[in-house]
Amino acid sequence: MSLFTTYVERGNEEAGVGDSPDSAAITVEGLWKIFGPRAREVLDGDDRHLDPAALREKTGCTAAVRDVSFAVRPGEVFVVMGLSGSGKSTLVRCLTRLIEPSAGSITIGGEDVRAASPARLREIRRHRVSMVFQHFGLLPHRRVIDNVAYGLEIQGATRAERHARAAEILSLVGLDGHADAYPDQLSGGMQQRVGLARALAVDPQVMLLDEPFSALDPLIRRDMQAEVVRLHREVGKTMVFITHDLSEALKLGERIAIMRAGAIVQVGTAEELVGAPADDYVADFVRDVPRANVLTLRWICRDPEPGEPLDGPELPAGTRVADAIGVASASSRPIKVVAGGELAGVVDRVDLLAFLAGQDTPARATA
Amino acid sequence: MSSTAVSAASGLRLPRWAAPAGVAVVLAAAYVVFRGTATLPHDDEAPQFLAVTELREWIDDHRNDNPLFLYFLNYIRLFVGALHTLFQSVLHALGWPGITGVMGALAWLAGGWRVALVAVAGVSAFGVLGLWESSVDTLALVGVAVLLSLAIGVPVGVWAGLSARARRAVTPVLDVMQIMPTFAYLAPLALFFHIGAPAGAIATMIYAIPPAIRITALAVSEVSPTAVEASASLGATRRQTLVKVYLPLARSTMALAVNQTIMMALSMVVIASLISAPGLGGDIIRGLSRAQVGIMLPAGVAIVVMAVVLDRMTMALVDRDPHTRLRRLDLLAAGVPAAAGVALIPLLPRVWPESLTINVVAEVNQAVAWAETNWYAVTTFAKDATTYALLNPLESLLTSAPWWLVALAVLTVAWRVSGPRRALTALACLLGIALLGVWEHTMQTMTTVAVAVLLTLTIGLVLGVAAARSPRFSAVQRPLLDAAQTMPAFVYLLPALALFGTTRFTAIFASVVYAVPPVVRLVEDGIRTVPAPVVEAAVSTGSTPGQLLWKVQLPMARPAILLAANQGIVMTLAMVVIGGLVGAGALGYDVVSGFSQRTDFGMGFVAGVATVLLGIMLDRITQGADRRPSPRKRKVT
Repeated sequence: MSLFTTYVERGNEEAGVGDSPDSAAITVEGLWKIFGPRAREVLDGDDRHLDPAALREKTGCTAAVRDVSFAVRPGEVFVVMGLSGSGKSTLVRCLTRLIEPSAGSITIGGEDVRAASPARLREIRRHRVSMVFQHFGLLPHRRVIDNVAYGLEIQGATRAERHARAAEILSLVGLDGHADAYPDQLSGGMQQRVGLARALAVDPQVMLLDEPFSALDPLIRRDMQAEVVRLHREVGKTMVFITHDLSEALKLGERIAIMRAGAIVQVGTAEELVGAPADDYVADFVRDVPRANVLTLRWICRDPEPGEPLDGPELPAGTRVADAIGVASASSRPIKVVAGGELAGVVDRVDLLAFLAGQDTPARATA
Repeated sequence: MSSTAVSAASGLRLPRWAAPAGVAVVLAAAYVVFRGTATLPHDDEAPQFLAVTELREWIDDHRNDNPLFLYFLNYIRLFVGALHTLFQSVLHALGWPGITGVMGALAWLAGGWRVALVAVAGVSAFGVLGLWESSVDTLALVGVAVLLSLAIGVPVGVWAGLSARARRAVTPVLDVMQIMPTFAYLAPLALFFHIGAPAGAIATMIYAIPPAIRITALAVSEVSPTAVEASASLGATRRQTLVKVYLPLARSTMALAVNQTIMMALSMVVIASLISAPGLGGDIIRGLSRAQVGIMLPAGVAIVVMAVVLDRMTMALVDRDPHTRLRRLDLLAAGVPAAAGVALIPLLPRVWPESLTINVVAEVNQAVAWAETNWYAVTTFAKDATTYALLNPLESLLTSAPWWLVALAVLTVAWRVSGPRRALTALACLLGIALLGVWEHTMQTMTTVAVAVLLTLTIGLVLGVAAARSPRFSAVQRPLLDAAQTMPAFVYLLPALALFGTTRFTAIFASVVYAVPPVVRLVEDGIRTVPAPVVEAAVSTGSTPGQLLWKVQLPMARPAILLAANQGIVMTLAMVVIGGLVGAGALGYDVVSGFSQRTDFGMGFVAGVATVLLGIMLDRITQGADRRPSPRKRKVT
């Protein structure tokens, strides 16, 4: 167990949670959103610690976001994942105050969003942060190119400028030749490409994606996820990605925050969530994840037993378990797991088989 | 009824109808005992009437020195008057070649050459009917009223669509405006704005504004919230979101608002002639008051033609594919008739050539006379059967019952149908009517309304059920209903007058024809929207078609049928009051004579107020159904 805790702590340091806000793209501290006529009262009193159902019973207010804090590094894809009603969509809307938060602080690119005047807030929305919506939110009366150019249009760009930029972005998202179509003439996947293009056209530092692919067919969804990975590699925007789909979260997220009933239950990499779930809720969530594809040798290596031969093949600790199987089948010697040039432990065929069979990892067995 | 109540009382457990039956028996007994006492007979010289007449005298004397008039109302009148003069002089300057050309061009832009053809033919019809001048006057009045309605209604509608608080503030006002019989606006307007074109335009505007507000609000509130949010997320100002998102997305529904506003305005301009607004209405009123169908018919046809032309033009806008843009070819094609029309103004005579008109007054009057003599047996039977079997007994019942008993009955019925709050409103309206001194006439009007509603609902239910069960019947009936709902209310008095002369039954016939189409439509839709799985389940258990209708479809369509009843009542009342012109007497007649004779102004005014109260009362009694949409609601919803 001790191994895990040290690992998780280290992971958090790497993730930059402890860093000063200046180096983070987005910092959120103690964010609350309570809907209802008596929101202020609830927030100031002790009722806010009630669980949501009891709170609604007692005061008629709904706590959608409860004391949420996190930080997103520049260039990171940060996924917020939770079931419907867990408050994730409200959370993402609070970031640019499309929904006015009840309490807490939000800093984007070093600027205090909650203190911004309406004009300043518009500037932030125009130039820093753009958003992609689950139901696309395209304007049906405008052609695709004018939809993409909309953000530039409201900034006051000339027609020639904004159309040039929009055409550029359209080819980036693979919609060449569709500039003059109307949104309802496109398939769902293509419409969401338009949504992505519209968000990209204003060249924001941060993109917020609110369940962008939930309304799409599974096959199209996979294409679009690949598209996001590609776009992220090419344009390197900071992204906050909301989803209720765990496999999507694991595929896209460098770090994943799991929300439940308005609060964040755990933040960590896919490996951390699967290897060390913070509570039963998270454990339940990640139960069906193919662990060999997510966890690395770091999680299953053990200290060598006395007299065990240490001349087997060497693998770095970050190797995924699934990738170690080939090596293990080629050599009967235990695999030496190396981290930072030092021996972190060993893994033999029996350990791997036990892991694949879903039995306890040696670490847990020793704890 | 009493015998059934007795047999129920002898049973051990009272069936559900026992309580209502008991109440009915008690009320009947009270009527027998107290009949003839506490009635409120009509008095032409009632102090309430005289007070209002005096008020009018005072206002007429001080119209030019009281600050309210001097600095406010007179300016409104002058402004509207100037606007009307402007419209009128532009239209008259265009002359018939110009108007034909320009209307054709506008219609082409709105909906292509077919609509343009309808417009050109329609406009020419005004000339052929020999009514060019008054048609143009009517067009000018409708133009002013619609312009004002939209200028006020669209911003208010947008506001109500954006803000729930504004919507809550506006809705009750619109509700009252829509159940107000058209006549009721006229007297107060005459009081404040004098008579003539400006007052007519304002009256028309008030009548036509509710759909402009309501449909615009609906259009704006239906705009996809995600699109709005997306716009906000990109940093759009409220103004930018309004102009670039809300208004374009609401556009095609707002075209429907324009359409409805024009239709309402067209049916009101005729009535506005009662306060000396110019136009076709004058001919119709003249024909009505002399019972001369020959004078009315051409004017009525011209109004219908105008309604059809304007309806086609605006509906073409509603139905237009949102993605088509105006092509240069269309602009050119539309430019040709417009240019040709304008170019021909100096060449052709200003007045529509006499040789191209058809005068049908004499022929129509002869045809009516022929119908009166030859269909005498049928029409008289229908008239007399209704009069002696329904109208007379009910009227003597209502007028000879003590006022408190009627009030009690209204309270009981309303309480049961619509709950305590609405029942108390209904009671307050009734007591208000009693205080106004028009009790007897109100009871007479209520009699006519009740009979008309009974007939309307019977016919409407039968036709609605038939249409719901037979797609073929529905297909035949639907275009007729559409046409009927496009026509201005007044037109229905024409055939009624031709067939039945000036009697109470004339008004009943007209209001049945007027109110049946929406009732049929609501009933048909109500039955059709019974979920298919439910119908399937009933059929699979072996229901006969009759059982299906009585046990499944009608009970499930109950909200729609109640709504139909409510609509039917409100529409019928409006028509019965107009029927005062053709012999329905009572409140409607009081209102009309209030306009024609100065000394009766007070009575007319009070009668107008009483029709409003009566309308609200009947509406509240039957409001047990769900929320009520616009009375002239169309197929497009």
